[in-house]
Amino acid sequence: MTSTPSTPALESLAELGIRMAQGTPQALALGFRTVSAVPGEAVMAVPWREDLVGDPQSGVIAGGVITTLLDHVCGMAVSSLALQARGVSSLATLDLRIDYTRAAEPRREIFARAHCYKLTALIGFVRAAAWEADEADPVATAQAAFALTSAPSQLGAKR
Amino acid sequence: MSEARETRLERLLADVPYMRFLGMTADLAGDEMTATLPFSHHLVGNPILPALHGGVIGAFLEMTALCQLILLEPLRRQPRTIDVTIEYLRPGRALTTYARADVRKIGRRIANVHVEAWQEARAQPVAALRGHFMLSPSEAAA
Repeated sequence: MTSTPSTPALESLAELGIRMAQGTPQALALGFRTVSAVPGEAVMAVPWREDLVGDPQSGVIAGGVITTLLDHVCGMAVSSLALQARGVSSLATLDLRIDYTRAAEPRREIFARAHCYKLTALIGFVRAAAWEADEADPVATAQAAFALTSAPSQLGAKR
Repeated sequence: MSEARETRLERLLADVPYMRFLGMTADLAGDEMTATLPFSHHLVGNPILPALHGGVIGAFLEMTALCQLILLEPLRRQPRTIDVTIEYLRPGRALTTYARADVRKIGRRIANVHVEAWQEARAQPVAALRGHFMLSPSEAAA
């Protein structure tokens, strides 16, 4: 499983990026956009919006929006790697742990980068962080595990 | 006392734009609260199944924890989420989702809350959350 990955078909990765941002009603509703995607790593962003505020006193975006962005970008990092390595991209989140390290600045777009650091036949393990200005000073960090949902027999046949 | 609780809960649900974005509501039966998330197309994460977005389920669980904490005592400001761990047990189908929160420990500044969400059967949860929340007690309660 440690063979050097071949270059992915660019269309399929680009297609995945578009699908992740526009093919999902919730991603559309939140206004997600794909910033960049390579196999195993993705960056997405969500704009600040009045109707997504979680604390009306401060205008800070709801934690739930960041939770959804992190879940989504983690899924994309696993998908992009699974697509390249196994030809599948269908996943289910097993668990997601988020540390909210500080409050996000109001009225700023939030970015999130996820890295799938290990992919087995069935599971993708991912780390991610979200920030608005400086990636080194995150508003939240995440750790997640995803199950690839295609049948194992198909996975075996693919490789 | 219970009226004050009800007022605090109603105000939170009405004042937080994101809770309105989700479309969630919450009902009190004595001191027991059940949060409800009616199915809506904009909450879908997988249009093929269709299934609710995992992030939406996590967010609903987190908002349920905030609602439950608001009921306990008057707070100067909203509790702030420190960390959450969300376990996904079953796909969230295109159905109404319910959640109940259990405050396992409440200290002066930090609360530990467990939340569980289900759809058709309470015994078959779709997801669970464990989290820590920072509290800012109001002057009166402190």
